Amino acid sequence: MNLMSFAPALPEIFVLVMVSLILVIDAAVDDSRRYLAFALSLATLAGAAFLTARGMSSMPVLALNGLFIDDPLSDVLKLFLYLATAVVLVYSRDYLRHRGLYKGEFFVLALFALLGMMVMVSASHFLTLYLGLELLSLSLYAMVALQRDSSVATEAAMKYFVLGALASGMLLYGMSMVYGVTGSLALADIAQNLADGTDLRIPLVFGIVFIVAGLAFKLGAVPFHMWVPDVYHGAPTAMTLFIGSAPKIAAFAFVVRILGEGLESQVAEWRDMLAILAVLSMAVGNIAAIAQSNLKRMFAYSTISHMGFMLLGILAGTQNGYGSAMFYVLVYALMSMGGFGMILLLSRAGFESDRLVDFKGLNRRSPWLAFVMLLLMFSMAGIPPTVGFHAKLSVLQAVVEIGHVWLAVVAVIFSLVGAFYYLRIVKLMYFDEPHDSTTVTARLDVRTLMSANGLAVLALGVMPQPLMAVCLYAVGASF
Amino acid sequence: MHEYILSLVVWVPILAGVLVLATGSDRHASLARWIALAGSLAGLAVAIPLYSDFDTSTSAMQFVEKTPWIPALHVFYHLGVDGISMPLVLLNSFTTVLVVIAGWQVIQDRVAQYMAAFLIMSGLINGAFAALDGILFYVFFEGMLIPLYLIVGVWGGPNRVYAAFKFFLYTLAGSLLMLVSFIYLYFQSGGSFDIQTWHGTPLGMTAQTLMFLAFLLAFGVKVPMWPVHTWLPDAHVEAPTGGSVVLAAITLKVGAYGFLRFILPIVPDASEQLAWLVITLSLIAVAYIGLVALVQSDMKKLIAYSSIAHMGFVTLGFFLFNPLGVEGGLVQMISHGFVSAALFLCIGVMYDRLHSRQIKDYGGLVNKMPVFAAFFMLFAMANAGLPATSGFVGEFMVIMAAAEVNFWYAFVAATTLIFGAAYTLWMYKRVVFGNVANPHVEDMSDLNAREWLLMAVLAICVLGMGLYPKPFTDVMHVSVVDLLAHVAQSKLP
Repeated sequence: MNLMSFAPALPEIFVLVMVSLILVIDAAVDDSRRYLAFALSLATLAGAAFLTARGMSSMPVLALNGLFIDDPLSDVLKLFLYLATAVVLVYSRDYLRHRGLYKGEFFVLALFALLGMMVMVSASHFLTLYLGLELLSLSLYAMVALQRDSSVATEAAMKYFVLGALASGMLLYGMSMVYGVTGSLALADIAQNLADGTDLRIPLVFGIVFIVAGLAFKLGAVPFHMWVPDVYHGAPTAMTLFIGSAPKIAAFAFVVRILGEGLESQVAEWRDMLAILAVLSMAVGNIAAIAQSNLKRMFAYSTISHMGFMLLGILAGTQNGYGSAMFYVLVYALMSMGGFGMILLLSRAGFESDRLVDFKGLNRRSPWLAFVMLLLMFSMAGIPPTVGFHAKLSVLQAVVEIGHVWLAVVAVIFSLVGAFYYLRIVKLMYFDEPHDSTTVTARLDVRTLMSANGLAVLALGVMPQPLMAVCLYAVGASF
Repeated sequence: MHEYILSLVVWVPILAGVLVLATGSDRHASLARWIALAGSLAGLAVAIPLYSDFDTSTSAMQFVEKTPWIPALHVFYHLGVDGISMPLVLLNSFTTVLVVIAGWQVIQDRVAQYMAAFLIMSGLINGAFAALDGILFYVFFEGMLIPLYLIVGVWGGPNRVYAAFKFFLYTLAGSLLMLVSFIYLYFQSGGSFDIQTWHGTPLGMTAQTLMFLAFLLAFGVKVPMWPVHTWLPDAHVEAPTGGSVVLAAITLKVGAYGFLRFILPIVPDASEQLAWLVITLSLIAVAYIGLVALVQSDMKKLIAYSSIAHMGFVTLGFFLFNPLGVEGGLVQMISHGFVSAALFLCIGVMYDRLHSRQIKDYGGLVNKMPVFAAFFMLFAMANAGLPATSGFVGEFMVIMAAAEVNFWYAFVAATTLIFGAAYTLWMYKRVVFGNVANPHVEDMSDLNAREWLLMAVLAICVLGMGLYPKPFTDVMHVSVVDLLAHVAQSKLP
């Protein structure tokens, strides 16, 4: 193994070096210079983006003895991961400062989580997949628990950890069964082996069931969703914002790598499992969201339903399906960042703007922010001309293409249910009078970013082609 | 120039709305009003060439624009109008001007947002009428819900939240199944969202029936047909005057338009087989809803129910499968656009003075507002279908067409002439004639110049169309005949 074989993993190596650097530097500076960690983190993201963009290849390149793959899918997804992480850092800054969480640990953990996601996205081997997933998960557990004196946050971290560990166990168990059947941990070998046919059907199907259950846990799909509302609600909003954005993109990659690449030939086995998960997620997520009075909890249930929708694209098992699921998850991350970002933006020292009633009369207090939130809500509901509609449309198209019209019908019925609670936010902002007349005092950079976030939802809705083309390109080279 | 007319018709109002939003604030309300008026007039002006340069000898789409929009999904930005959609585009652009003027003094709160919502909605509705790509149509069709939701919810009456939600969710429920049908059609037609391609796509009977029901739900809710009409009275009662005008005059027509553009040509065999269903629902709307209108105590609700009954005529005409019926339905759509707009404006005039819509709070209005009473009389007569008003032409054509098909259809449909006259004139009598019942009526002043202008313009339209409907029927005739010839051919594989 020579030095060059590390080249495809250059962005990961760079991030790792920088995280270590930030850890050391942050330990040496006092509280007045915390911005150093913030600035260095953003610089890390920019540097990693540069390295990823420079190393882009249109052909898949295997590295590190087949443990690691550098293909268009991983490059594109990594670029979006950097972007999402950067947006999270900017949104979270004031919130963290007001709560005494503006410490180097936050940035270090966020970047470690990012590193985990990058490894997940680029993994071509069960071992690397699992390593990446654990690096991400452990960082997230710690992030949720970062607010030590909050009992809610600690409880959330505990739940997250216990259930996350359980899910990891299931996943490992499933992987070991697949290993037993195929004799390999590398995705390409597994795919090859299974395509040739195997007479060990029962262990294989058991393995797939455990893998799918583990994945469903990580995605938060029903009936493995119980941790989602508690963690979203209990964690400090900045952490919720992070959990709700970039890791979903990585989770998409994780699922398509395992199911779409490794277990491609077994699509008939996992398609029905995913269909059940998707239908249950859309049903439970959308119906339970109606009953919530806390916005973070409501978004948690809405996440569950969105993950159900995304699974529809994956279960199609076609290039269009993966492409539409990727489009969906990127759009979802964009909307989710906007939604949680808005909560952060309206929060002040000692005041969490995370209840539904806190949005009352926002149109009187700040017409522009209300409009941005309106765009985000209609996009989540999938109403054109926002991009949420195109995301739903492309997924439905993928499902109808494989002949599952009934799934499309079920999906649209539940998105009708979902429209209700998004409309309720719009109602609160526009139809009701404010009960809190404080003017919104957010920094200019956060406001600008929030405006860009909201307008992106509209602009991509009017012109969805570029992003869709990117998704199809990324998926096309790998599947 | 001709290549861009439809784009202008769609985008001028939308951009004007964005401009109003960007420049207007509550401190500069009058600026917002003037920009909105200029925008709506510009929107009407760019639509005029659609009529003046329209070729009435062909049923082909005119002023066509087609460029790829989302190549990844094979969606095109494809616009065009024929004799069926062109009058509706004009009606919409015209109504927008009226609505802007009608809201001039009445709306004092968040003026810029109000005007912008109407302008943007106007552009979206034009887009829905002109779209020839299924997804493009859907985007406009759904997109118009957002401004209307806000109009009802922000500027509406006491029960506005309920009305806004009901209206939004009803309409969305219908249209989502239509979206699935569109995606299904995409694959059946070999990967195309082009509506005209769909017109020629062969489909089996089961698929046709299911799609017919999905479309019927989508457009039937919008029309609205009995029994999915209940959102309309709620929305009308709560909406501000301008909202009611647009709702009655325009958005209901989008539903009826869908019958002609989607249901009849895409699923002709199912339409023929299930025509009895639509005809029955239409006749129930005409007869039963007419009776419901009779017992209303709220004027807006009464006109809302009368709208449902009149739209019943439209759907009845469409499913008689003869040119007279379809043209009668189209004429009725345009006429109802004028008459219902005028009646809602009349109620708005009264409401602005007395802040009540209850019939019992009025009486003896003629003593105080003679000019208004005269205009109101004309529109009430038009609503009752009096000859020489536009209301008569469409109803008469549809009844004639129904008599050709089945005497009893015509018989039930003709009851509207009695019920329509009864509920409209009875309301008119209680509100306008008699003694001054309420001390507040004493203080009511007659029309001001702005209101007079609105009434006069609509009166000219109502009388003009009633006395000489030929320009309207000429425009649509070739397209209607061609549509029916197409519908007569079976699409079963």
